[in-house]
Amino acid sequence: MKQVVVLSGKGGTGKTTVAAALGHLASQEAPIVLVDADVDASNLDLVLSPQLRAKYDFFSSKIAVIDPASCQSCGRCQELCRFDAVLAPKEDGEPYAIDPVACEGCAVCYYQCPAEAVRMEEPQDGLWFRSDTAFGPLVHAHLYAGHENSGKLVAEVRQQAKRIALQGSHEYVIIDGPPGIGCSVIAATTGVDLALMVTEPTVSGIHDLERILGVARHFGVPAVVCVNKYDINLGKSNEIADYCADLDVEVVGRVPFNTIVTEAMVAGMPVTAYRDGPITEELRNVWSSVRDKLADP
Amino acid sequence: MILTIASGKGGTGKTTVAVNLALAVASAEQDSRLLFLDCDVEEPNAHLFLKPSVVAREDVAVRVPRVDASRCIHHGRCTVVCQFHAIAALPNETLVFPELCHGCGGCALACPEEAISEERHAIGIIEGGHADGIAFAHGVLNVGAPMATPVIRRLKRRLSDEYDLAILDAPPGTACPVVESMRGADFLLLVTEPTPFGLHDLRLAVQVGRDELGLPVGVVVNHDGVGDAGVDEYCESEGIPILMRIPLDRRIAEAYSRGIPLVEALPEYRDRFQQLMRSIRKEGQQ
Repeated sequence: MKQVVVLSGKGGTGKTTVAAALGHLASQEAPIVLVDADVDASNLDLVLSPQLRAKYDFFSSKIAVIDPASCQSCGRCQELCRFDAVLAPKEDGEPYAIDPVACEGCAVCYYQCPAEAVRMEEPQDGLWFRSDTAFGPLVHAHLYAGHENSGKLVAEVRQQAKRIALQGSHEYVIIDGPPGIGCSVIAATTGVDLALMVTEPTVSGIHDLERILGVARHFGVPAVVCVNKYDINLGKSNEIADYCADLDVEVVGRVPFNTIVTEAMVAGMPVTAYRDGPITEELRNVWSSVRDKLADP
Repeated sequence: MILTIASGKGGTGKTTVAVNLALAVASAEQDSRLLFLDCDVEEPNAHLFLKPSVVAREDVAVRVPRVDASRCIHHGRCTVVCQFHAIAALPNETLVFPELCHGCGGCALACPEEAISEERHAIGIIEGGHADGIAFAHGVLNVGAPMATPVIRRLKRRLSDEYDLAILDAPPGTACPVVESMRGADFLLLVTEPTPFGLHDLRLAVQVGRDELGLPVGVVVNHDGVGDAGVDEYCESEGIPILMRIPLDRRIAEAYSRGIPLVEALPEYRDRFQQLMRSIRKEGQQ
């Protein structure tokens, strides 16, 4: 079983489009499991028409709550909180309160309150789902808006996908990653066999590619690059090619700009299943390079 | 006024709108004091367009525990109180995992032997400077460091009453770094594209900004002309005003690819962004 994650650093470069296409193409050759690891803005399900099979609650974070009846208004909690999450009362002697949005869940106030007026609650942080698609099982999730621990939810969906893959002798796990380089990206990247970086020929795309390749290097994950919308700026596309050559990172695809990608999204299908043409052809090349790389790293 | 620009989905044009709004306001209102904060500290890009002169750099660090081995008697109170598994008391040694530490200070407070002091663990930097009369700063999270929020929190310390307008360019998504970028704003401008992905993530961003944080919101539709009518129908039914539409235009994409601000590449956009600012102020007052 081999795992490949699709990343980009910069958002909106086409990660989900590429991941859905890889899922469609790979499933024609071998059994696969799909994972949407962009848990706070998940979109992969929108192009896979999933049939929901099971839904699970996700708990991970904690939030402090002050019991107003027990609070003695000493202000110790506010003095110690490093996250500005303790709200002082308007009048002296009134109870303090916690701003749940700012609360980090560190429990310092819980342990230090001399009146033992603080309790820690465990709010539900989200849901994760097991679904079936025409291309294989899909594990996806929904982090509740504004909640913490996206990295842990990503770790959870990856763990579940791995279990399904091992039980069902699935050959590939294809992971649609989140943007950025922080905790959820790290959780989506560690331990995979290959990272496919989708970039675009813009100053932002190149800047962010450099950082996401740094993350892969930091965690010892081999990476290849796909340049999306390469014909928006051929000069910048060549710059990416030169940069990758210097780093000995292979460019496995150059996908042209075409509004057919959006048409496929509106139709709710992977672009490779929607229509044949130059986009589908190039994405087939990307998949065959990825497959070869996974077979012989 | 503190104006946060966010989107949910990445790549919809947050930075384009933030940068051009700042440049348009700076050129029209020469007496206004403007602050621009790039809060997308995982992948900051605004500097590529504003090209600020950087005059100051500061480290951002989390205060992580340092255990004095000569005083530690390994009873493990620190491990009990730590909610993040960042400190582990073994029978003969106490280990610290700085990447997991949130810097709350709980272990140092809890240690009965007072064996824990704190040291700085760098997770990123903040760079500040000026661009076209705009005070500029961005945060840059170190590669391999997981926590963006402390960098954003530090960056936001630059907010002050001496500025007439502060524009905050938020990261994509709806998780804690986005919440930190929105918290305390007077108005939230959401940039989206008229596609199923754009709509799905716009709904989530509205849930965070309007429903959880109670902020007034407005929408900019970018790449207008592609996709479907979903975003328009949603905004109509939710009573969210669409304050500007930017068409899908190859000239705009090419200027963006080279790092040229839209108001320079296509000067007619200077007026359009000034108009957007007037619309935001009007909506913000209601």
